[in-house]
Amino acid sequence: MNEPVDHSRRRLLTMATAGVGAVGVGFAAVPFIASWNPSERAKALGAPVSVDASKLEEGQMLKVVWRGQPVYIVRRSKAIVAELGNHDAMLADPKSKESRQPAYIADSGPARARNPEYWVGLAVCTHLGCSPLGAFEPNNAFQVAGTDLGSNWPGGFYCPCHGSRFDISGRVFKSMPAPKNLTVPSYTLTGDARIVIGSDENPKTT
Amino acid sequence: MAAAPESGDDTKGLMGWIDRRFPLTVLWKTQVAEYYAPKNFNFWYYFGSLAMLVLVNQLVTGIFLTMNYKPSSAEAFASVEYIMRDVNWGWLIRYLHSTGASAFFIVVYLHMFRSLLYGSYRKPRELLWIFGCLLFLGLMAEGFLGYVLPWGNMSYWGAQVIVSLFGSLPGIGGALVDWIRGDYVIADATLNRFFALHVAALPLALVFLMIAHLMALHEVGSNNPDGIEIKKHKDSRGIPLDGIPFHPYYTVKDLMGVMFFLLLFFAVIFFAPAFGGLFLEAPNFEPANPLQTPPHIAPVWYFTPFYAMLRAVPSFAGTQVWGVLVMGASVMILFFLPWLDRSPVASIRYRGPVYKSMLGVFVLAFITLGVCGLRPPSGIYPLLAKVCTALYFAFFLLMPWYTRFDRVKPVPERVT
Repeated sequence: MNEPVDHSRRRLLTMATAGVGAVGVGFAAVPFIASWNPSERAKALGAPVSVDASKLEEGQMLKVVWRGQPVYIVRRSKAIVAELGNHDAMLADPKSKESRQPAYIADSGPARARNPEYWVGLAVCTHLGCSPLGAFEPNNAFQVAGTDLGSNWPGGFYCPCHGSRFDISGRVFKSMPAPKNLTVPSYTLTGDARIVIGSDENPKTT
Repeated sequence: MAAAPESGDDTKGLMGWIDRRFPLTVLWKTQVAEYYAPKNFNFWYYFGSLAMLVLVNQLVTGIFLTMNYKPSSAEAFASVEYIMRDVNWGWLIRYLHSTGASAFFIVVYLHMFRSLLYGSYRKPRELLWIFGCLLFLGLMAEGFLGYVLPWGNMSYWGAQVIVSLFGSLPGIGGALVDWIRGDYVIADATLNRFFALHVAALPLALVFLMIAHLMALHEVGSNNPDGIEIKKHKDSRGIPLDGIPFHPYYTVKDLMGVMFFLLLFFAVIFFAPAFGGLFLEAPNFEPANPLQTPPHIAPVWYFTPFYAMLRAVPSFAGTQVWGVLVMGASVMILFFLPWLDRSPVASIRYRGPVYKSMLGVFVLAFITLGVCGLRPPSGIYPLLAKVCTALYFAFFLLMPWYTRFDRVKPVPERVT
């Protein structure tokens, strides 16, 4: 009655069972691993923020919150934009090689913006994370946070915590506590002044 | 039913009743009362049992801390302050836990150093050593996760820095970091999952690993300061001539160690629980603030040697991943130690001058790295960290050569 045990058949069946079991474990692991990804609520809070900046006057600034961080949108006059390349010698990283910004921002040169008239950047000082203040009026003994920025001030940002100075494209001056330029987040322009922060779509600059 | 009488069948009363249903007496005999350990254990052999004591301390105090702690970013910091100020004896339970973490690492570092001294990782104890390395890895993860829970400012930024490390991995980095955090910043979701890992997943893993560590130890038998096998010489009953039963001989010795350890442990808890900012860092006494980085981020002391190695490696080819890889390698290389050591002898007592100096240099380099990791990366420290990183790896990577050609002394047949 007892046939001799067919070991190769038994091995094949064992392997097949183990294989199917392993695939099952793999599938069963998916929900658990995927549960660690940002939840729908986190995604909603981290979703791109759409801002209409067209109402901004020249020299005005809009502060919006994106992913828990403050983002500045600054409307710059054409005169200021034209002057932007003239103070590179005073800057620590004029080409933003060491600083964080999307590739399409690097292509825009000293303006660091998709539309040179609107600068968008994270208002988080690269030194210790304070929020810099706007001090946009150039060539003026501008008083901000009790500090005289001097008569050769080209206009930009001043961080009240440790005195870091940035130009109006968020580029840090030499010998400042902040090591890098202000970060430019990825954003999309729809039209001239509708800005979607945190979205990389529509990469063409208007 | 007339099977061969099993051990325990002859016992009477309650013990007999239990033994016929569960091998209690058998376990007691094989694992404790008739586990023969070499008779020449010295000071360095206290730290295994002390590690177990500290583990129990962490488990018990940890369970009681969870009864009042709230793992949410809005409430965590305040709940720790509540434990410290309002819960009866809460301050003691919390300091037992926070000081216990540092004590755990002190004990484990000394326990590992003992293995380096006497070659306890060598054949046939490779798996015992590997379980130990896994325990060390688990302990590091546990320490890091636990440090995040009070949600102080150093908790927050420490988590930020360590989680960002994974972002430097090419390709998958960004998605991996989002996956670990469960958000786009270190947030409530991060704290909540770190809590789950810290109080459930990792303690379970640590306890299982510790059991595996002990089972492997009791299978192969303990090494000893002479680094020779006591099982080679047995009496007529099969008991090693140089072995003594773990109980009562080493239970009594270990109790002695426990006494001295607790004296020091409670001295720290009662008089210097923050230990000058080493065990509990000053920035962690203010709540997490995503908009304000502490002026100087340093991990707790037990991670500083590895943190120093991370910082010692400059970014290269536009990425900082190399430092992360070096830090990972500095821990992973421990696993390969049994196969790197080619010396004919195990114990430092019979090793030659080259191994002795290499071990000395290694210990100095490790301590120096620890100091570098505590200091800001300026002045002499970056250079010092680079040199010591090289020495740390040289100890391991050159080991196959210097252990083989080193002069060794003759090894005695029996323990001395």
